[in-house]
Amino acid sequence: MASKTLASRRQSLIAIFLVVGFVFIIRLFYLQVIDESYKNSAQNNVLRYVTQYPARGLIYDRNGQLLVYNEAVYDLMVMPSQVTQMDTAEFCRLLDISLEGFRERLKKAKEYSRFKPSMFEKQLSKETYGFLEEKLYRYPGFYVQPRTLRKYPKPIASHLLGYVGEVNQQIIDKNPYYKSGDYIGISGIEKSYEELLRGIKGIKVRMVDVHNREVGSYQDGLLDTIAVMGKDLYLTIDAELQEYGELLMQGKMGSVVAIEPSTGEILAFLSSPGYDPNLLVGRVRGKNFKFLSEDPVKPLLNRAMMGQYPPGSTFKMVNDLVGLEEGVLNTKTRYSCQGTGSSPIRCTHSHQSPLDVYVAIEQSCNPFHWNVYRSILSSSGHGSLRENYNNWRRHVMSMGFGKKLGTDLGNELSGSIPSAEKYDAIYGKGRWNAMTVRSLSIGQGEILATPLQIANSAAVMANRGFYYVPHVVRASGDSLIRSINYEKVTSTIKPQHYEVVVEGMRQVATMGTARWYQPEGISMCGKTGTAENPHGDDHSLFMAFAPAEKPVIAIAVVVENSGFGSTWALPIASLMIEKYINREVKRKDVEERMINGKTY
Amino acid sequence: MRDRKEISGNIDWTLVFLYLALVIIGWINIYGAVYNEDHSSILDISQSYGRQLIWIVTSLFIGLVIILTDARFFSTFAYLIYGSTLLLLVGVLLFGNTVSGSKSWFHIGSFGLQPAEFAKFATALAMAKFFSSQHINIKEFRTRFIPLIILGVPAVLILLQNDTGSALVYSAFVLVLYRMGLSGNYLLFGVFVAVLAISTLMVGQYYVMGFVGALAIVLLFFIKRNRSNILNLAGLLLLALGFIFSVEYAFDHFLGDHQKTRINVLLGKELDLKGAGYNVNQSKIAIGSGGFLGKGFLQGTQTKYNFVPEQSTDFIFCTVGEEWGFIGTTVVIVLFILLLARIINVAERQRSPFGLVYGYGVASVLFFHFTINIGMTIGLVPVIGIPLPFFSYGGSSLWAFTILLFIFIKLDTKRASLL
Ligand SMILES: [Zn+2]
Repeated sequence: MASKTLASRRQSLIAIFLVVGFVFIIRLFYLQVIDESYKNSAQNNVLRYVTQYPARGLIYDRNGQLLVYNEAVYDLMVMPSQVTQMDTAEFCRLLDISLEGFRERLKKAKEYSRFKPSMFEKQLSKETYGFLEEKLYRYPGFYVQPRTLRKYPKPIASHLLGYVGEVNQQIIDKNPYYKSGDYIGISGIEKSYEELLRGIKGIKVRMVDVHNREVGSYQDGLLDTIAVMGKDLYLTIDAELQEYGELLMQGKMGSVVAIEPSTGEILAFLSSPGYDPNLLVGRVRGKNFKFLSEDPVKPLLNRAMMGQYPPGSTFKMVNDLVGLEEGVLNTKTRYSCQGTGSSPIRCTHSHQSPLDVYVAIEQSCNPFHWNVYRSILSSSGHGSLRENYNNWRRHVMSMGFGKKLGTDLGNELSGSIPSAEKYDAIYGKGRWNAMTVRSLSIGQGEILATPLQIANSAAVMANRGFYYVPHVVRASGDSLIRSINYEKVTSTIKPQHYEVVVEGMRQVATMGTARWYQPEGISMCGKTGTAENPHGDDHSLFMAFAPAEKPVIAIAVVVENSGFGSTWALPIASLMIEKYINREVKRKDVEERMINGKTY
Repeated sequence: MRDRKEISGNIDWTLVFLYLALVIIGWINIYGAVYNEDHSSILDISQSYGRQLIWIVTSLFIGLVIILTDARFFSTFAYLIYGSTLLLLVGVLLFGNTVSGSKSWFHIGSFGLQPAEFAKFATALAMAKFFSSQHINIKEFRTRFIPLIILGVPAVLILLQNDTGSALVYSAFVLVLYRMGLSGNYLLFGVFVAVLAISTLMVGQYYVMGFVGALAIVLLFFIKRNRSNILNLAGLLLLALGFIFSVEYAFDHFLGDHQKTRINVLLGKELDLKGAGYNVNQSKIAIGSGGFLGKGFLQGTQTKYNFVPEQSTDFIFCTVGEEWGFIGTTVVIVLFILLLARIINVAERQRSPFGLVYGYGVASVLFFHFTINIGMTIGLVPVIGIPLPFFSYGGSSLWAFTILLFIFIKLDTKRASLL
């Protein structure tokens, strides 16, 4: 009985099938017979989908000076299914390619798809395009697609700006926005601001007649999407200062980073040797890239944030600050340069002894700072040496060392402030002490910092205890007014302690190593350093800020393999400061010596 | 000799004819979809239409082998066949190859095999076997629960391969359960759940929650307001609200970006003619441009020109629409409906529950593929990549549908006996 009633369910199921079939047929009747919008009006016109590539956003410096713009180029596209009989020889002549090359390209395009456009020849010159444009109607299946290429009015800031290249398969697989042949920012700002700069692609559906002529848009552009221009960027960089820095650094390996302390805005950011960014554009990019990447002086390497150096003596103030904060050092504390207390680090300078913290910074006294560091590890009162070490490390990292600062440029390296665990791994747990890690007291040993971090620490000193995350873009869109705000990071050291080391740094410039390189009419505070280099001559370092009272620029200069900090890094930093504040440099002799100096 | 005659006499030639008609029309349309002047022979095996011919010939051979097999084989070994395909599904998860995002292929040389396609007939066999056992009573929990396990295991394994479309096919078996006595309320409930889910995605959870809440209040005036009724209503309301919330949550958290976009485009929330909407839009243009009579064989420009990766597989119906017009699409739909109705009618004449349930399984699977595939090409259903049975290019799919149907044809030759 039950099965009888259930058998009647056959009807309900067949009814469901019929309903679905009926709905489909109604829908198809609508699509195919009633709705005219899906029909091709002209007889068998072919649709052509032309991607509308928006121009990438322009890039300006902090004063509105143009750094990057676009230049139009033309890609020659081919749709193999539409290629018919044509004068191939003439076509090859116009393009300056061989008959062989023509066949090769057409074959490749056919293999990709007969019905989708392929790139036939990329980035035609304006001249070639001019010739071709009028005759294109004779070559059915070929058409021209406008693209834009980056252009740089001045050959500066290459590492910072980065470059643009074609997307690879990996990117296409990962991000559906990109299609083969699209451009994407590969490094620098072009990469980190890709989404703002690129804009949004559009697509135009055009009808093409049998003579390869576009006869209009399809369905009045119903299916078209409009390309949205990329957003312009305003950098924090001062192009004039940047250019001046690159001039000073020519012939030298190293880096200069200058920051506005009150905002974290990066004023100059350069790595030397650099390259002309125009080299990595368009058809020549591949060849030039190979050439640059094989150069032994590594012009592609961004030393400003990927070069890691022992900060040397520029690190001494950091240890003094920790000592002051932890109460193991005050302005009355004096240590002697000689004797058992200073062993095993000895002083090579001739100066008064015993000496206080001001003179110790001014004279860059190693034994003094060793004593300070030993007190931090032995008696800053957090318990064991290990705990005191960890506490020291915490203070140091609060000033931006040993971690990525989080700039808006990718690929930043973190430097290194070694953890207690790292020393455990080297020496064994409990088997290392202040003596073992004594190099840290003078910024040597396992400590590493990038020029960006050293410049940032100068900004911390300038601000007496805080920094804004350094960055290179201040605004996007069409206004110079700053629209992007960055985090303020406060160090774990009280502001009054900074006054002590700032005074020491001031004395460096008035009485110490930097007294010969005072920028004209500017009160500079600074510190030289020499980073030991196991692979060759030591690196020369200088960090500074100015003016002392109301700093507007903090700077770090690293010149590789050039010996003492006072030889190259110091004069270059002082010239940069003078240039930035006074807008012109009076010390032409120093300037000339720096520009002409070569260290490699 | 006598035996063979008996077999051929009992074969339901209507089913065979409908099968052949669909397969051949499909092949002609694959030729039309990827027609290429350089390889204009329909037998050129470097092209998909040439290879499809190989699949067709081998499918016919497979069909013949099935017809010559003892019908008892399928009922006796139903669970064994089911178990082996489950092992294959696990195997493909561990050792399979990934093709366009789904880890669902075994590659042996240039030959690719998709176990998920074969799991369908194996599942239908297992369902048939279960319902032909003793002590079946759809009112009992056990009878309702075990089929869910039989369906759920392959569905989950296929879901793990990231092949959502093929996994959804198993929901079609609810039609089998309905035929076996499951209350029609479950179907209605299913429809209600689907409506809730779709409307949540379309207008947002809060509106739908508000609407359901209002509905509950209105109901409150129509029911007897005793304690148990009110509690039931409140329980149902909570269940519905929880469901709405979890739909939105799952959409936000579990779906990949491109799945989200596809759903949003389908629901009209997003206009993305380049991305997810591209295929559907092109598909509609291709079908629409065919008009009443079509552009003629090999004359289609849209299908060839536009969307390429799926023109001969999931979007084969576009070629029908463009080259053969409304006449062509109607013929194909009518053929499918005839096939489905014929399967149901043949299923009903089985004496054994095994044949009956298997037949309904076949109809359910084919119906689901038919509805989703054609529905998506004409923009009525989300773009879920499953093939059109007997039509779409592909060896695994054609073989699997052939096996699915021919086992049924074979069972039907023994309809008079109790298997
Ligand atoms: Zn000394």
